[in-house]
Amino acid sequence: MLRIEDLHVEAGGREILKGINLEIGDGQTSVLFGPNGSGKSTLISAIMGLGHCKVTKGRMIYNGIDITNLPIDERARLGIGMMMQRPPNITGVKLKNLISVVSKDNGSILKKAGEFNMDRFMERDINVGFSGGEIKRSDLLQLTAQRPKFVLLDEPESGVDIESIGLVGKKVHDLLYGDELCGKGCVSALVITHTGQILEYIGADRAYILNDGRIKCSGRPMDLLKDIRERGYKECIQCRMVKM
Amino acid sequence: MQNGKDVKEALNKKAAYGPDLDLDDYKVGTYTPDKMENIDEISDDLKKRIVNVGVTTCKSTRSGTMFFVDNGPSLITSDTDGLELLPMRVAAKKYDLSEYLWKAVDPGKDKYTSKTYLEDSDGYFIRVKAGKKIKMPVQTCMLLSRKKQMQNLHNIIIVEENASLEVITGCTTGKHADDTLHVGVSETFVKEGGFLKFSMIHNWSDSTHVRPRSGCIVEKNGTIINNYVILNRVASVQSYPVTKLNGEGASMKYSSICIGHDGSDIDTGCLVELNAPKTSAEIVSRSITFGGRVVARGKLIGNAPGVKAHLECKSLVLNDGGVTLAIPELESTIADVEMTHEAAVGKIARDQVEYLMMRGLTEDEAVGMIVRGFLEGGISGLPDELKKDIDDAIAKANLGS
Repeated sequence: MLRIEDLHVEAGGREILKGINLEIGDGQTSVLFGPNGSGKSTLISAIMGLGHCKVTKGRMIYNGIDITNLPIDERARLGIGMMMQRPPNITGVKLKNLISVVSKDNGSILKKAGEFNMDRFMERDINVGFSGGEIKRSDLLQLTAQRPKFVLLDEPESGVDIESIGLVGKKVHDLLYGDELCGKGCVSALVITHTGQILEYIGADRAYILNDGRIKCSGRPMDLLKDIRERGYKECIQCRMVKM
Repeated sequence: MQNGKDVKEALNKKAAYGPDLDLDDYKVGTYTPDKMENIDEISDDLKKRIVNVGVTTCKSTRSGTMFFVDNGPSLITSDTDGLELLPMRVAAKKYDLSEYLWKAVDPGKDKYTSKTYLEDSDGYFIRVKAGKKIKMPVQTCMLLSRKKQMQNLHNIIIVEENASLEVITGCTTGKHADDTLHVGVSETFVKEGGFLKFSMIHNWSDSTHVRPRSGCIVEKNGTIINNYVILNRVASVQSYPVTKLNGEGASMKYSSICIGHDGSDIDTGCLVELNAPKTSAEIVSRSITFGGRVVARGKLIGNAPGVKAHLECKSLVLNDGGVTLAIPELESTIADVEMTHEAAVGKIARDQVEYLMMRGLTEDEAVGMIVRGFLEGGISGLPDELKKDIDDAIAKANLGS
């Protein structure tokens, strides 16, 4: 579904990604681990095409189409959707208005706002005064309306209180596996997580550790998470690199 | 009030702000336009223009209609109990209006007020009797019909004790009415417990100069909500209405939406004097500029204890080449006041555009949605007709739909 070849990306005048090679197949969910500042957010921002990420070398092929230089909205229309870690406030634009425009089901998603515990927020300006959990639930509602085929999630559990994590996890699960038109497992995903909490709700196939702009190792998500928890990134990477 | 000699001398007095105009360049418009019996008699072409300024031919949604062509009344309809609509010249003969005439606006203020005073201009007189709540809005429409003409109007609105009224006033030009000047002096009085919502919508030709001169006096617990909207190209507008909150607990909210186009000079804002205890005011201005010059002024003067007021001027600059100026001012003569202001001038934040594009909107659609939200945000109770006009203006400006 997505193939990334030797991707180099600059952000803020610095080279952040230094040659990423990655392939995610149809219906596969991959997880990105890595210490702060390793380039995880830059990688998924570059896949989405956000302006602050400048691709200096390499390319990204999505379903056979080279998307490296496509504008964000064209990538979105090809089926790529993203949940940012910290989305901006959109003052004056009501959540309901955006969802109505984005919705692929003539707005019937609006009736489901209550399932996301977002019914009280539909008339509010997007993200303005929202708590961490409200921002995530709002983004998930938007993504559910959008029905992407490839989902980029940047720390979906961050800033979410312990009570809401179950709802966020369930909605991420539904986003990946709940599309009755597509059939189970046809949505692919690349998920950044620090805590691994979200992995309790989705079945990830493969995990990668990113450090200093390069993928240092890969493995089964739970195995990598266990190693990172027990030994820390540095030792985990060193140990696994030896094994590789 | 000043004496007649002073007012005459003021004929040469430039306005404090805005480009100066030579009144001799314009011929005073007719005082006796063709009369209409019914608003349906308006030509289709004109109908389109007046609908754009919030005026409707649907009688069931309005308590009354006053239609002025150049300097005289063409149509007045109203049969609502407690509501009085008259041409100003008729009202001045019928009633002793000495406690109102030129009491909220100084005729010697500048050449425009002076001219209106010396012309003894006609205009609309709207009065709501004490305790009467008028459900549907009254609409007034001011049309400038011929080129090289000056329209001078003198309007008075009186909302008596505990009465309530909404007025929508639309000002526009007829086909080919190029190089024109509109001068409108409006004096508004809201008495104890009264409520007035006043929305003014301008849609002029690109060679019209506009000089409204407005003054409002609000008494105890009275409320005035004032909206001003200008979306289309105009030669110049300069207005700086003054509201005096003279009674305890009086309040006002002034909101404006302006779009500055290349070649336009728009200098608007509002001054509020909070002269009595516990009075409150909120001024919110939103403008976007494609070019030209857009000045957003606002001044709050706190003269009594317990005063609360906020002033907000925000402007989005969509391309280079124009001038945007936000001038918020706060003045207080005593300690116990709470007055704040907020001004911001800048471009549309890129991350906001990208966020919407991530959801599949094109860049133009994303910018359009943000601009629409920016203009409408902060202005509550905007008439539905206006929301549509804003959408149309954004679409016309190629900002997406």
